[in-house]
Amino acid sequence: MPGTFTPSAYLPILIFLVVATAFGIGALLIGELFRLKRPYPEKLMPYESGNEPVGEPRIRFSVRFYIIAMLFVVFDVEAVFLYPWAVVFDRVGFFAFIEMIIFIIILLVGYVYAWKKEAFVWD
Amino acid sequence: MISQLFFGYFAAVIIILSLLVVTRKNPVHSVMWMLLMFFHIAGMYLFLNAEFIAAIQVIVYAGAILVLFLFVVLLLNLREELQTNRFIGSWPAGLVIAASLLLSMIAALRSFVPGPSGPYTIALIEKETHTRVLGQVLYTEYLFPFEIASLILLVAIIGAIVLAKKKVRS
Repeated sequence: MPGTFTPSAYLPILIFLVVATAFGIGALLIGELFRLKRPYPEKLMPYESGNEPVGEPRIRFSVRFYIIAMLFVVFDVEAVFLYPWAVVFDRVGFFAFIEMIIFIIILLVGYVYAWKKEAFVWD
Repeated sequence: MISQLFFGYFAAVIIILSLLVVTRKNPVHSVMWMLLMFFHIAGMYLFLNAEFIAAIQVIVYAGAILVLFLFVVLLLNLREELQTNRFIGSWPAGLVIAASLLLSMIAALRSFVPGPSGPYTIALIEKETHTRVLGQVLYTEYLFPFEIASLILLVAIIGAIVLAKKKVRS
């Protein structure tokens, strides 16, 4: 049921988040309140002594970034399964060790496939 | 009392942030609001005594999946979406669907009976620590779903490479 459990061990993290947020907002707010505002056209140029910008800042990214991100997600999830396994390794023993070896071998097939398909080559 | 207050805060803020995600015109802004929403969902998990899931929410969703979303947004290079309307005009159809979903949810909640509480009480989890309890159940009772998870991840790897890496140089 929601509202029956209080994670009191996480109070330091809450304080940390509150202080970090207050610091970020506070720094911007104080700067906004106290700095001088005397704009003139030369000051508002993107680069004071450079070229005028040409074209749009947004360009189409290469599809290779997608493969990198996707492989990152997959191996991130694999690492997530390793955490609880490592924590209970002394209790679940050899059986879970074999289990994890099978798990890693199945993912190794994908890794070898990605390697052979040159997914890690940028060119 | 305090935990109910926090639950109310998380519930309200998650709804507001989800609305911000679907209504912003700039897709990059949507993704940034989604990041904040993922953190609030992690906080909600903490108050449901699901410490490990909360950590995974931050590591996998806020860390990896959000990067994937951001790359896809940059990949598509949505320039027209910034000008055009995001929603199609037929709001009566949307209203009907939303109302029927809400009604079916209320009907389902009225017949909801909480099951008998299992052996894993809050006191036991606190004594054993959350990750140990989870690991012990996952790697003994649920070993088959765990191995299935590796096959799903394998499909994800192969699918991504087949979709995005068409040509193979000989």
